[in-house]
Amino acid sequence: MADLNTNFLGIKSPNPFWLASAPPTDRETNVERAFKAGWGGVVWKTLGEDPHVVNVSGPRYGAIHGADRRLLGFNNIELISDRPLEINLREIKAMKRKWPDRAMVVSLMVPCEEKNWQAILPQVEATECDGIELNFGCPHGMSERGMGSAVGQVPEYIEMVARWCKSHSRLPVIVKLTPNITDIRHPARAAKQGGADAVSLINTISSIMGVDLDRMAPIPTIDGKGSHGGYCGPAVKPIALNMVAEIARDPATHGLPISAIGGVTTWRDAAEFIALGAGSVQVCTAAMTYGFKIIEELCSGLSQWMDAHDYSRLDDFRGKAIGNVVDWKYLNLNYVVKASIDQELCISCGRCHQACEDTSHQAITKLVNGVRKFTVKEEECVGCNLCAEVCPIENCITMIPQTHGTDPRTGLAYGRDYSNWTSHPHNPSSR
Amino acid sequence: MQPPRVPDSIRSNRLSAETYAENFSDLHPLLSEHQAFVEADRCYYCADAPCQTACPTSIDIPAFIREISTENPLGAAKTIFDSNILGGTCARVCPVETLCEQACVREFAEGKPVKIGQLQRYATDAAMAAHYQPFQRAAATGKKIAIVGAGPAGLACAHGLAQQGHDIDLFEARDKLGGLTEYGIAAYKVTNDFAQREVEFILSIGGISVKTNQVLGEDIFIDRLLNDYAAVFVAVGLGGVNQLGIQGSDGAVRGIEDAVNFIAKLRQSKNLSTLPIGKNIVVIGGGMTAVDIAVQSKRLGAETVTILYRRSQDEMKASGYEQQLAQTNGVVLRCNTAPVSLQSHQGWVTAIDCVETAEKNGKLVETDHRFSLECDMVFPAIGQVFVPAAVEASGARKLEQIVDSSGRIKVDSDYRTALPKLWAGGDCVSRGVDLTVAAVEAGKIAARSIHSSLSQGK
Repeated sequence: MADLNTNFLGIKSPNPFWLASAPPTDRETNVERAFKAGWGGVVWKTLGEDPHVVNVSGPRYGAIHGADRRLLGFNNIELISDRPLEINLREIKAMKRKWPDRAMVVSLMVPCEEKNWQAILPQVEATECDGIELNFGCPHGMSERGMGSAVGQVPEYIEMVARWCKSHSRLPVIVKLTPNITDIRHPARAAKQGGADAVSLINTISSIMGVDLDRMAPIPTIDGKGSHGGYCGPAVKPIALNMVAEIARDPATHGLPISAIGGVTTWRDAAEFIALGAGSVQVCTAAMTYGFKIIEELCSGLSQWMDAHDYSRLDDFRGKAIGNVVDWKYLNLNYVVKASIDQELCISCGRCHQACEDTSHQAITKLVNGVRKFTVKEEECVGCNLCAEVCPIENCITMIPQTHGTDPRTGLAYGRDYSNWTSHPHNPSSR
Repeated sequence: MQPPRVPDSIRSNRLSAETYAENFSDLHPLLSEHQAFVEADRCYYCADAPCQTACPTSIDIPAFIREISTENPLGAAKTIFDSNILGGTCARVCPVETLCEQACVREFAEGKPVKIGQLQRYATDAAMAAHYQPFQRAAATGKKIAIVGAGPAGLACAHGLAQQGHDIDLFEARDKLGGLTEYGIAAYKVTNDFAQREVEFILSIGGISVKTNQVLGEDIFIDRLLNDYAAVFVAVGLGGVNQLGIQGSDGAVRGIEDAVNFIAKLRQSKNLSTLPIGKNIVVIGGGMTAVDIAVQSKRLGAETVTILYRRSQDEMKASGYEQQLAQTNGVVLRCNTAPVSLQSHQGWVTAIDCVETAEKNGKLVETDHRFSLECDMVFPAIGQVFVPAAVEASGARKLEQIVDSSGRIKVDSDYRTALPKLWAGGDCVSRGVDLTVAAVEAGKIAARSIHSSLSQGK
């Protein structure tokens, strides 16, 4: 049985799955339930200064559903903790004492003044929590008050606040990044520069979930009006994977511990983030959709997969995919694949043909000798993968690497040596 | 001689009111919105979709399903009605398992086709509930056209021509319009007076003047119609039935009633608890009508219902789905069994003598194995026939010119007969299969042909 024990910045947890700072970690009742269910740790719902914030009493959440109401994307306009600081601190302390083997990280968000951070940090330390996470990520509400993503969007502020926290506290500092920027490497570099021990990402993405066409108002709608919220859930995972990978492979931040967040719903999602270097993964939407019990599937799935691949510890595969994330210019231009349709599996829906015919390279037949049949025209196929992606049958269309012979589309031999754009004759800068 | 007394075993009021209601409620209840979304999501939106090719009226099925999935049921209905104005009936009565759903790639892939029929009903019901008439009449042409028979073919043709701005006189022999949808289809397939609601929907386009109780050859005559109208479309269906032709079936023994008559009676019954049914029923035949009457007899409370079919089960014209429906309703299928003669007591049938058959050298032969089945009602369902006499009596000259060797009216691919100005379609013509959907297509094509012919001033 694979060992899922996690040590992130010296913060130990029995598995890498932490509940992200969000509604599920708002109070003792929930956290107690989460620990009982088996979660490895929690990042407590973001604490702010008293008087505490207030939330709307209208809808806080919106969602995008598949046809069978499967929740694909989610957003919220909930602010940070709307309870008095003292209550939160008391509950955090009680929970950490009761569950010493679980990770207890406290998320913080106070105004961008040194004295404010100086004031709250000792109070948090007194809870005996394991670390702090600086919430520079929330894009809604608090950002209007100069906090959350308003800080995360200015690398200089990130560096400054991280430095304050490191100098006024002995606790490990994790900086939570907002994805609402153009290049995630800059805020990550700033966090490292400020002395932060780790980054966590992504926070949510600024979003409007829809427009209610009857009320002519954004969704969710509060008394006829709406405000952008933070987008999360399965739909944002690809964005999070890219941002995690960018930080992991950036020479300036390579090796900086990352707690990965963004649409983690299954063990496989978690494994993918860990393969890109994540030291722990944080989960929220999946728990809010299905409840805390999913931790059983997350742990069992991850350890089954690790067993099957002879990984006994998370470190055995952590970061193994980072080296394979490269700039486009280093992709092998001599690598040629062609689509291949398994006629035994093909159900003749014709989606591959229609997609290729209308929007790609006209490389798939519809009729062969007057009979409905879908086959690849090797001389037209550019190996783009569109057909395979639109095919409803798994493994019916596969992309076959070509190694022998000549590509009828280009007239060039298959199986030529690695060669990329940097040396390509069409590259103006390679001449 | 006194007519024989109806035996006590033939009774009405066999079931509770609730059971009658349940037994004759919708076979497939309307999908809920959520069910429709989930089902619509299963459609792959195939290129040159096989389902559309398999539909005799070529409904753009992927398009209407996509419209359902995007919360546009009225748009979906318009897509359906564009090709098939009786899309509501067809959604209920089409043997989809041998047409669109058989062709569905999901049937091929996993044996579970997209429920096209039920989705079509979802869309068309939404349109009917909204009293949505997606078509408007073109400017009046001043041309008058007679349509004889207000079944699916006649209604489709009337709607198509009315849409082009022509004025239609729609003649119907019975009290109500709708043809077999009103009088012939099993009750649990078209509930809540659906046929009449659909008729109203079709007529709501305007320009169609209805004349009921007008029997061809008695009240109206082809020659006169051809004289009085710019064109005539005949869609009178099949007026006769095949005769059983066994000893006793010539009227000597009572208790034998043609399935078509009994179903019409059932369909017109306001209160099914007043409709008498026997204890032991024998149905003869292997088609849809045989299944329809067998299942309905069972649901009226008959204790045993047996279908006798002289050939093998594979050769039954009722689809596999229909056969299953019969069996799950407790109907016994006895294939390779032919009726021989009727036994009776005081003039009323008490049993039917049968012989088992077998195929030998490609021929169906009787075996030595004979047996009798107790029964108090026998329903032959062995096919309907066209009665050319109606056309003949109505004065159509040169009958032999318009009726072919199959005994039905001969038409070309535009549903033109050999007589000028005369078109025909539906079950009364020899072209195509006897299905509602085929009749609708005939009416639609004939309307186009008539319109094009009139537009050219011919």
